[in-house]
Amino acid sequence: MMKIESRKIQRMVRNILTARPDEIGCAECLERMDRFVEMELEGKSPAQAMPLVHDHLTRCRDCHEEYEALLQALRGLESE
Amino acid sequence: MPERTNQEWLAALSEPGPEREAALADLRTFLVRGLGYAMVDRPRVTEADIEGFVQDALLKILDNLDSFRGESRFTTWAQRIAVHEVFTELRRKRWQNVSLDEIIARYEGDFTPSILTDSEPSPEERVTQRHLLETVKRLIVEELTDRQREAIIAVVFAGMPTEEVARRMGTNRNALYKLMHDARQRLKRRMEAEDISLEDALAAFDTPPGKRSSAQHV
Repeated sequence: MMKIESRKIQRMVRNILTARPDEIGCAECLERMDRFVEMELEGKSPAQAMPLVHDHLTRCRDCHEEYEALLQALRGLESE
Repeated sequence: MPERTNQEWLAALSEPGPEREAALADLRTFLVRGLGYAMVDRPRVTEADIEGFVQDALLKILDNLDSFRGESRFTTWAQRIAVHEVFTELRRKRWQNVSLDEIIARYEGDFTPSILTDSEPSPEERVTQRHLLETVKRLIVEELTDRQREAIIAVVFAGMPTEEVARRMGTNRNALYKLMHDARQRLKRRMEAEDISLEDALAAFDTPPGKRSSAQHV
């Protein structure tokens, strides 16, 4: 019997009920991710400045994974 | 690494010659170090792997210099391309033996609203979660196209990367995201028509820990 974890149901239901018509796709998210990450490293508020990128990152696991890795890479390089 | 402006990076990399070689060597070093930090929690990714990823990324970077929009530092853009190369390959390897057809058949064949709990919900929560899952399951069947249903099952329920599902469906990650976005909007309209609000739905997952039952399965 296939079992579905409750957190998956929660995430799915939230993702459905918060769907918005102006969501951007992965291509645009990736293009704007560079500046988004730089703003984060500069201590600014990229989520406020780029709400659609932020929204996409909360919905798309693939993009969020790459965003986290880019942030980690640049943080490490800055710390040298 | 010598400091270069974005324009200096582009100028150096655009034309063959010693300047390009020097810039490529600097960029290679920068990207290798950056990926070293990015992959620090992934011990299976070796230094040799990283060197290979960076080599592939450098080719992509040189092929796509025209697409750099100048909204960030050039090195940030290049590092993002390198990160994308890494994850594309890691996902491909991780999922290479997984068949999309098998995953879909597994979930469609016995897609019962059986909830493996990870937060020990109260009996009331379990009833509501079960109802939500049944509703979503019904609406997925009633409302979505075959491709939308397959994408949702693979990405949301089975946890496959969007990129890997897209590869198997003969499309790309961006197009698959948009396909699922359209699916979510359809499901949202139907759920709203059935008076399921976001607040009510999420309340089914928000019982304080002290009131949770100890049951692990429904």
